[in-house]
Amino acid sequence: MTLGLESWTLARPEIFLAAATLLLLVYGVVRGEVATPFVSAATSAVLLVTAALLFAPYQEGTAFASLFLVDRLTATMKALVLIGASVAVLMSRAYFEQAKAWRFEYPLLVALATLGMMLMISANDLMALYVGLELQSLALYVIAAFQRDNLRSTEAGVKYFVLGSVASGMLLFGASLIYGFCGGTAFVQISRALLDGRAAEFGVVVGLVFVVAGLAFKVSAVPFHMWTPDVYEGAPTPVTALFAVAPKIAAVSLLVSVLMGPFKPLFLQWQQIIIVAAVLSMALGAFAALRQQNIKRLMAYSSIGNVGYVLLGLASGSEKGIQAIVFYLAIYLVMTLGVFATILMMRRRGVMVESVSDLAGLAKSQPMMALAMLLFMFSLAGIPPLAGFWGKLYIFIAAVEAQLFVPAVLGVLASVVASYYYLRIVKVMYFDEATEAPLDRAPFGIHRAVALVAALLVTVFSLVPQPLSLIAAAAAKGLFP
Amino acid sequence: MSSWPILSLVTFLPLAGAFFCLVVNGPKEAVDRNCRSAALLTSLATFLISLILWLKFDVAKADFQFEEKLDWVPALGIGYHMGIDGISLFFVLLSTLLTPICILASWESVQTRVKEYMVAFLVLETFMVGMFCALDLALFYIFFEGVLIPMFLIIGVWGGKRRVYAAFKFFLYTLLGSVLMLLAIIAIYWQVGTTDLPTVMEKLSLPFTWQCWLWLAFFASFAVKVPMWPVHTWLPDAHVEAPTAGSVILAGVLLKMGGYGFLRFSIPLLPEASQYFAPLIFGLSIVAIIYTSLVALVQEDMKKLIAYSSIAHMGFVTIGAFVMNMQAVQGSLFLMLSHGVVSAALFLCVGVVYDRMHTREIAAYGGLVHRMPRYAFTFLFFTLASVGLPGLSGFVGEFLVLIGTFKANTWVAFLATTGIILGAAYALWLYRKIIFGELTKDSLKGILDMNRREIAIFLPLILITLWMGVYPSSFLDPMAPAVDKLIGDYQAALKLAHTAALAP
Repeated sequence: MTLGLESWTLARPEIFLAAATLLLLVYGVVRGEVATPFVSAATSAVLLVTAALLFAPYQEGTAFASLFLVDRLTATMKALVLIGASVAVLMSRAYFEQAKAWRFEYPLLVALATLGMMLMISANDLMALYVGLELQSLALYVIAAFQRDNLRSTEAGVKYFVLGSVASGMLLFGASLIYGFCGGTAFVQISRALLDGRAAEFGVVVGLVFVVAGLAFKVSAVPFHMWTPDVYEGAPTPVTALFAVAPKIAAVSLLVSVLMGPFKPLFLQWQQIIIVAAVLSMALGAFAALRQQNIKRLMAYSSIGNVGYVLLGLASGSEKGIQAIVFYLAIYLVMTLGVFATILMMRRRGVMVESVSDLAGLAKSQPMMALAMLLFMFSLAGIPPLAGFWGKLYIFIAAVEAQLFVPAVLGVLASVVASYYYLRIVKVMYFDEATEAPLDRAPFGIHRAVALVAALLVTVFSLVPQPLSLIAAAAAKGLFP
Repeated sequence: MSSWPILSLVTFLPLAGAFFCLVVNGPKEAVDRNCRSAALLTSLATFLISLILWLKFDVAKADFQFEEKLDWVPALGIGYHMGIDGISLFFVLLSTLLTPICILASWESVQTRVKEYMVAFLVLETFMVGMFCALDLALFYIFFEGVLIPMFLIIGVWGGKRRVYAAFKFFLYTLLGSVLMLLAIIAIYWQVGTTDLPTVMEKLSLPFTWQCWLWLAFFASFAVKVPMWPVHTWLPDAHVEAPTAGSVILAGVLLKMGGYGFLRFSIPLLPEASQYFAPLIFGLSIVAIIYTSLVALVQEDMKKLIAYSSIAHMGFVTIGAFVMNMQAVQGSLFLMLSHGVVSAALFLCVGVVYDRMHTREIAAYGGLVHRMPRYAFTFLFFTLASVGLPGLSGFVGEFLVLIGTFKANTWVAFLATTGIILGAAYALWLYRKIIFGELTKDSLKGILDMNRREIAIFLPLILITLWMGVYPSSFLDPMAPAVDKLIGDYQAALKLAHTAALAP
């Protein structure tokens, strides 16, 4: 048996990220707390360089005895994750400085979590999948509780850890069942066994259900979403921003590559599960957010709803569906980073506030910030001509072409309900008068820059939707050679 | 193909003004003044350019003119395709005409956040014009939905007491209808592989059950927009709470989006279902005409009364559209234009006294003729135009619709005609309460007649109303070939379906 090391260059980005992170760790330990600003900035840069390495030059294939797979889809997803993580690290400084928790471990933990996500995305074997997933999860548990003097932050960390472990357990249990019935953990072996008639075995389906349940937890799809609102609310805001983008995109990518890869022969079985989860997520994301007062909690429900639309794309099981997912996630990344950049700018007399009513009268005190938030909200609600509309359009095209008419109708109806709470934020900013002192003027800096860039992208996207649709089309080719 | 993209120019020129308003900076007074002037100038320029469309329009052609076509998202079969025919020409003109009038009407009444107001109006104009020019289903949908954003803000920020409720109701009602239409558009795309309207018209052939489902999805959207009974309840709220200019655009243009949608999409794309559901449209329209006219009779708020009268008038429009003969469809289109001008003017009339007294209650007025003769004349003129006095625009449209309907279905025509009688009743009642009688209320004793700016707003509307009433041919002739083609295609499609059904 060969070691499979001959094509190790495929993992260049991951190797670079791991080495750079470890070097920065050593530097941080040697220099102590004074190193924090440098380590943080360097981590952002390293994450972006890693993203660049994915495509310069782009290579594809499998490595390490087929444990590790690189194709257009995984590369695109990794790029999205890396951009999200990098911006999230950039945006975290002001918050942690104020919370007196500005330590060099934070950016490094994010980098390690990102490394885990990249391994997950590239996993081509149930073992590799689990290792990547755990590397990601362990780092994320810690950063959820990073503000360790804060009760809510620690509670979020513990909750995330306990529930996350249960999900990992389910995933492992499912994986072992599949191993038992298929005789291997490699995706190719599973796929071959299923095509050879193993698909009819009841144990395989049970295993599949457990694997899907474990992954559904990671993407926070209903009915495995319970942790999301609490963790999003309790975790430090920059961590919430990270949670809303990077791990979510990575987990969706993993779900896609598992279900569309080895389990493609069981399409009809998992399609039902995914449809139910999609519809429930869209509905719960819409209805439960209606009465939320905390904007982070509201964004948690919003992200549950968004996962519902992504799952609808997955349920269509077609090339269009996968294109739609990539397209949707890219737009979701921009919108979410923009929203969190705005949330991180919400301060009153130097103190962070996070209630929806704190935004009252923002249109008068800070018209540009309000305008940016307005654009994000209408975009999240899926109102044209903003970018969010195109994402939803793509998803629904995929759903209709797969003849999922009823889920599609339920999906658009849920989007109408969801638009209510997005509108509510616009209402608070534009229609209500400020009852308290206005929010502090946001200083020039990274948050403003991120919000501005995101708002511009969301607005002008309609002029040139073609490039992203080409990227999405190329990515989906990875699964449909 | 015309040499340069005049339709895009008309559509996107207002955005240039909006951008200017957005970046202008300085002390509040100067910013307000500059934004007002910039908005007025851009919208006037847009109107003048849109007049070129009318001058250069080839009256003999039934096809789309001034076409522009660009690839936009080839991956999804969506193109940027603009063009107008006789049906859409006048709606474009109506939108470009009403926008400067609205900006002029808000000159003094809007004092807060002038910059945002002007930006919202100019963006709104872009979406309205774009919607009437769009020849691609997805493009149409983008403009159709995009209208909601500025309108939501206009009602919610500059509206009356219950503005938040009205803005949400308006937004959610319309959105609910529209998303179903989006699915219908996607289903059509799925069948044909493109959303380009002319191609879709040519290639789309669906089984009858499918047509019915899609027709209902389109109906959900357009019926809310028109609005038809029983999904009309957002309209009175939105009208009452919106600022004057918002009501003008709502009544003048936004309601027409529904009627236009029926004629542009439902009927040509889904002819069999349109025929099948025509009785439903007739029934709902007759209920709308009679019921909302009766409701209008008991209103205490001037704007609400006019809002209900709008619903009744739009009932004639929907009947006319689905009778599908030459007179009725032309009448329906003409009535939409006439209503666009007349109801807009009526809302402006309400705005005139509202700006002075800050109340819209009918009971708060009376005897205005003694202090405001010019206003009394203007209000009377438009009241009579709305009632359908021969010689003014309302008569032509209603008469054509009723002739056409009478040929097709006598009972529908008979019941619809009662609406005209009721319409005269509530309109004249409103007029008598406000203008005639003794001037007894102290608060009204110092009220001033219309000033020059207000006269400048009404004068063009009065002239157009007269023109439409006295010489309707200048409007009906450009429509005729397009309407003729619409009806011809419709009959041909039905015939084809009929023979197919008879064949063994």
